[in-house]
Amino acid sequence: MSSSFHERIDVALRDLTLQSSIQSATARFAEGRRDQVEEPTFGEYQQLRTAANQIKRHTLDNLDYYLEQVETKVVEHGGEVIWCYDGDSAVKAILRIAREHGVSLAVKSKSMTSEEVGLNEALEKEGVEPVETDLGEFIMQLSGERPYHIVAPALHKTRAQIAKLFSEKLGIAYDEEPTRLTMAARRVLRDKFQRAEMGISGANFVVAESGAVVLVENEGNIRLTTSLPRVHVALAGIEKIIPRAGDLAVFLKLLGRSASGQRLTSYTSFLSGSRRDGEISGPEKFYLLLLDNGRSRILADHEKRQTLYCIRCGACSNICPVYRRIGGHAYPGAYSGPIGAILTPQFQGAGHEPELPFASSLCGACAEVCPVKIDIPRMLLALRREVKKAETRDRPFHWEKVGFRVWSWVMQRPKLFEQLGFFAQAVLPSSGRGEWLGSLPGPLKAWTGSRDFPPLAPRSFRQLWRARRPRAATLERESVARSEQTTSRSDSAGRRHA
Amino acid sequence: MSQRVSLFVTCLVDQLFPEVGLAMAEVLERLGYETEFREAQTCCGQPAFNSGFVAEARGVARHFLNVFDGAEVIVVPSGSCCSMIRHHFAGLFHKDASSKQATENLAARVYEFSEFLVEVAGIEDVGATFPATATYHDSCHALRDLKLKEQPRRLLRNVRQLELREMELAEECCGFGGTFSVKFEDISADMLDSKIEAILRTGADTVVSIDPSCLMQIRGGLSRRRLPVQTKHLAEILASA
Repeated sequence: MSSSFHERIDVALRDLTLQSSIQSATARFAEGRRDQVEEPTFGEYQQLRTAANQIKRHTLDNLDYYLEQVETKVVEHGGEVIWCYDGDSAVKAILRIAREHGVSLAVKSKSMTSEEVGLNEALEKEGVEPVETDLGEFIMQLSGERPYHIVAPALHKTRAQIAKLFSEKLGIAYDEEPTRLTMAARRVLRDKFQRAEMGISGANFVVAESGAVVLVENEGNIRLTTSLPRVHVALAGIEKIIPRAGDLAVFLKLLGRSASGQRLTSYTSFLSGSRRDGEISGPEKFYLLLLDNGRSRILADHEKRQTLYCIRCGACSNICPVYRRIGGHAYPGAYSGPIGAILTPQFQGAGHEPELPFASSLCGACAEVCPVKIDIPRMLLALRREVKKAETRDRPFHWEKVGFRVWSWVMQRPKLFEQLGFFAQAVLPSSGRGEWLGSLPGPLKAWTGSRDFPPLAPRSFRQLWRARRPRAATLERESVARSEQTTSRSDSAGRRHA
Repeated sequence: MSQRVSLFVTCLVDQLFPEVGLAMAEVLERLGYETEFREAQTCCGQPAFNSGFVAEARGVARHFLNVFDGAEVIVVPSGSCCSMIRHHFAGLFHKDASSKQATENLAARVYEFSEFLVEVAGIEDVGATFPATATYHDSCHALRDLKLKEQPRRLLRNVRQLELREMELAEECCGFGGTFSVKFEDISADMLDSKIEAILRTGADTVVSIDPSCLMQIRGGLSRRRLPVQTKHLAEILASA
């Protein structure tokens, strides 16, 4: 990403085709979700959210225990667990597995975690062809773009754009008909599925009590990815663990409804270990890669730990007035939307885009739809504090810091605050007739680019209050004076006694 | 029922929209409450807090605690400022037990204006008359942090000669967001465009809200476009007889 955050925002806002694609697709998702959670199931839905939040909290508070349980169970079922400290170690482990098994073609099901570690680029460099088999991801791979949305990677593409892409890259006739476009992708992918030596998936959940990897989907490509090739590698963040299969009664209901407005996705797969004696399908070798990549750092942060509750449903993006305007590619990092705005800075640490946590009006729509009740605005506020702390360290003349210092000082001095009001009254431009102002200098110039600004009131509230109720105001002043006198008298009395 | 209500008018109302504070006082007095205005009040500290400057916010918050020490009930004409006090003050003083205690005592006594009327005073009809076709904009912090959705609407429905029309996306942010409105001016302005379009589609001549900052954003946009739609704080509607 060579352009700046603000430049990418600018590009998205100016592209009217893109604007209408994002708006209509996210609105469809948001409406689908709303239909599933409104009355008469609203009460049940809220109970599910509370339960999900509590299960996630419990699991993360006891993650050490559950991680070991996962490893024991996966090994019992003939699989292998590989612990990956960071993205690089995960990529290296997958490359090693590919070499060991002589893999030249790997099919992949949709995995944001694989995007996070940059897996495709690494595989290509080592001569392993990665093929995305989720339709949206397939489109993105053909167009050379990263996913636009954590659930719907090609959300921003119009049918015409996809038809053009397919005709260029797949050598087929231009055709905008969705079924025929899907069939064209299917023909390409069937061949890849048959030839691939390795299947790479993510994991929606990893069940600690059984070691099962749980994957949800609508297209059936995950079933093929995880069962046809000789080798299956599942890449999962350590936060994907839930204690029991029974907990899925909560999470599966929430995930389908929140992500796509479905009560349940079309397919739910439970995969534990490799093919056993007497079984007719499944991989010969199964590897579960458990990825840290900054997660244990988030886990250690008591305030922001809840970031790890995320089940990647994308509901926060669909409702977010900012995501719905700037789109997925404006965000730095693999994850977009409100969850990306709190996840990416924590994954990337000190070098992250400092403006990102500020790109929010803190409207809270994301927290309202989050199925696991992550308080995203509160996380953004915490990140804002950290950004400013880092920026002002060793910089005594940070303009914003100085500005707020002065402001804070004034706000603790009501008389001065009032006098500055008089002063501003005298120097600020005014239409004189109470009309709103069309252009202002300084930091308010950005305001008046698109809006008018109110003139200062000719008389402030406190002045009007005094005029309205001279007696009450005088009484108030007298009582303040009296209480001050009382304080000083009791002080001197105290001294005499001593 | 001569309970004393302490007004926290907020910095924005004090300097830019004093009529809102006066209207709030009038409604409360008409209902038999005794009002007081503690002159040393300034701001709740939210501008610094939302910008990441905690120490600066804490100083202002502590000033607020001192000013309102001993107040029975505090009423605020802003959902956002009320939410700041109720939900974020405690976090500012997590290392300072006495201020934290003062905050917790205070937070339970701070109410947004419509919340106070409906939930505390138990009043949904203040006897107001305001001839208008109005639409209500949900301010984010009132709606989501304070759960105030029906309270202001019920008050509005009981205003004589006022027709309330719901706009589409009433719950969607107007794009203000404090410094967000200038740091990300383009996004903020685009959000405002959508809000204004939704307002115009209702055919209403008046937009009502319980947050002066949303009204500043919305009126700023209406004024720039020279649109004949007025903005009113709920208190101004309820104060007119």
